Amino acid sequence: MESSMDYTNVRRTKEEKKMLRRQTKASHTLLKHEGISTVSHPTKHLVVSNGGLGNGVSRESLLEVLKEGGTVKSLLTPPTKPYAFVTYSSTQASQNAFTLLNGRSLMYSDQSVTLYFSYVERVDSERTVSCALPPGLSVLEDFVSIEEELQLLKAVDWRLDTDDITVHKALKHRRVKHYGYEFRYDNNNVDKDKPLPGGLPVECDALLQRCLTDGHISVLPDQLTVNQYQSGQGIPPHVDTHSAFEDPILSLSLGAKTVMDFKHPDGRSVSVLLPERSLLVMKGDSRYLWTHGITPRKFDVVPVSEDGGSGVLTSDLSNLTLNRRGTRTSLTFRKIRHTPCNCIHPSVCDSQQPPAPPTMPVVEADACCLEAQYVHQVYEEISSHFSSTRHSPWPQVRDFLLSLPPGAILVDIGCGNGKYLGINPEVMAVGCDRSANLVQICVERGYEAFVSDALSVPLRSGCCDACISIAVIHHFSTKERRQSAIRELIRLLKVGGRALIYVWAMEQEYNKQKSKYLKENKYEANAVTTSCMKTTEENNTNQQEEHISSVIRNTEDGSGDVTARRIHVHTNRTAFLSQDLLVPWHLKGNKDKNKEAASCSTEVSVEQSSQGPVFHRYYHVFNQGELEELCVSGVKVLRSYHDQGNWCVEVEKTNHIPSEIDIAMEK
Amino acid sequence: MWLLCFCNPILVIRCRNILLHTVEMKLLTHNMLTSHVKGVTKGYPLNIKATEVKVNEVDFNAQFVTRMIPKLEWGPLIQAAEVLGHSQDLPSTLIPNYENDEDFLRKVHRILLEVEVIEGSLQCPESGREFPISKGVPNMLLNEDE
Repeated sequence: MESSMDYTNVRRTKEEKKMLRRQTKASHTLLKHEGISTVSHPTKHLVVSNGGLGNGVSRESLLEVLKEGGTVKSLLTPPTKPYAFVTYSSTQASQNAFTLLNGRSLMYSDQSVTLYFSYVERVDSERTVSCALPPGLSVLEDFVSIEEELQLLKAVDWRLDTDDITVHKALKHRRVKHYGYEFRYDNNNVDKDKPLPGGLPVECDALLQRCLTDGHISVLPDQLTVNQYQSGQGIPPHVDTHSAFEDPILSLSLGAKTVMDFKHPDGRSVSVLLPERSLLVMKGDSRYLWTHGITPRKFDVVPVSEDGGSGVLTSDLSNLTLNRRGTRTSLTFRKIRHTPCNCIHPSVCDSQQPPAPPTMPVVEADACCLEAQYVHQVYEEISSHFSSTRHSPWPQVRDFLLSLPPGAILVDIGCGNGKYLGINPEVMAVGCDRSANLVQICVERGYEAFVSDALSVPLRSGCCDACISIAVIHHFSTKERRQSAIRELIRLLKVGGRALIYVWAMEQEYNKQKSKYLKENKYEANAVTTSCMKTTEENNTNQQEEHISSVIRNTEDGSGDVTARRIHVHTNRTAFLSQDLLVPWHLKGNKDKNKEAASCSTEVSVEQSSQGPVFHRYYHVFNQGELEELCVSGVKVLRSYHDQGNWCVEVEKTNHIPSEIDIAMEK
Repeated sequence: MWLLCFCNPILVIRCRNILLHTVEMKLLTHNMLTSHVKGVTKGYPLNIKATEVKVNEVDFNAQFVTRMIPKLEWGPLIQAAEVLGHSQDLPSTLIPNYENDEDFLRKVHRILLEVEVIEGSLQCPESGREFPISKGVPNMLLNEDE
């Protein structure tokens, strides 16, 4: 206490003031960003701002400076942080260090860092993060001898050769060479019917046999990728394509050590030291679910003692320092997979992804198929979850229903869970829907309803005083079918009868107002769940668009129909990018039931995400004026408007248009 | 055969959207339904085949029934009621001045809104195609080639 008093009372030089300002700033930063509170009274413990591994200050050089202050009892160097914690043997020593070293600059070749010290009450040992290796991962140290290492390195001939035995390339970040099969960076797969002549180098035989005898693998690998990383080079995080390779994957490190980062989709991250001559075995979760990558940098944070060896790096903060990377050559051995992957992680498994999006229908039969798969079947599967999200009637639809005279007959075409059937108890309301499950929900709620298709409603012509079609006609995939649906609806009306039609609008922002649909963007982009799949080994792209287009390219593989237009997969709660799209439905609810639903419905477009199955519904979102264009024969448009991202028309039937049935009946 | 449901009649009519009780196919719906099988010219009315019928008491509203009657096809309604054994001795042709005949209106009310088909089918009079009624829901879907 006394000393700090002294400190503040002393008349300070300009330099001292500057330093104090910086030091105060540093302790504020520690509190704000790291939750570390510093104290003004001296203790044995000091936090050294700027003196961290994350700032490029090695443990050795820091320790050397700290020793000038007195006997250092312990030094904690968190791996990615720009600070370190030092504990001196006594408060006297730490006070001494504080006065002596505060503001000390450490010179490096290209830069200098200035150390600022603050007292802390204690060094939180809780900060030492302990985490285990990803499940299925093991690092076998000294798997090859120094002699074998040299031999193997020699076996890889980096000279450009003209024969076709191997393929090698200088990628943006490293050199690669392939044996057995060429790994293609455009689709992250191999051409399984195009093996490279020559197979794997004979120099690998001994170590592969050892892997077999030791039980690390059950079959010999048939593909080898050699990567050579110069200091500062790396590889983006990725999961090796499930459909391309079996489990496990082996990777031998030669020439230099490196640090490989493993990441779980939930954000957990583990850095693993791969010493030279060690064999990395990635099995199970570590092969299928966790991404692995090498951050391009020149220094790695590694344990101080060499005998600390491999393993998780963040487990002991008092034992870390920096290691300058050397040139590392890795030999990745993989076994080509010839059957689809059936791992337990479908969300990151390309074998278990839904097929490429469908194309726009050209003929009527295609349209029927598209709607059957991407509308009818999906509603059957999601009916109860869908129904649970559809409870509040839209105000303007409600107003329309309440405007109907008592005793009117109302038919709701595409009634869903029947939320509009009970709005006006003075009218006789009957609903119909394509989904038997949804109609069942209506009936259980006490409403009259039957199952039918909106293109062919089995009701007498002219029997309705009013019809509504809310969020239905946008599910038809051709203009002709949308037109037919409206014609059929008008057929049911008596002359003078009114109908209200709602369809989803392309314009989700109208008169500078965002629709509710956009405003309720509470979900993260669904890209997150499949981010592992989108990451390629060469180019780390996170654009969903690119992902989709690459999926299409992969599946088409040059042989597909290039003229057909693929239907775009929409990202929920964002503006529409095209009029025809597939809108994902993330099914929530009973997990077991969901699984069942997903497994038994092979024809339904469903994929698994970490949150549950995702279904895709087809939509044609309407442009302004497009709905009115369909309401031409036998009706007049009473009003048309935009309502929360929907285009809406209210029409009145003006004259009776005889349908084929009516004509036939009159004969 | 008959299942009598005693619900509070006021609740049934006024608060249909709140009260959770299953509604099966009423004859009013049948009166509107027609066969839409391709090529059929005389698809109305559909023949009812019922294996399970119930009478579900509903609050009587003379005005509502009076308003409904002109919207109905009278012949097919009586025919359907007869098939279900609920004709109530109603005449095969609509009587004039029914507006003030409460006894008549009550009978119409019964067959129109209270008699419900739970299980059975509806048959197209021309093609013979049967549409199943299951748990009170008529499934009128056709196959693509129909």
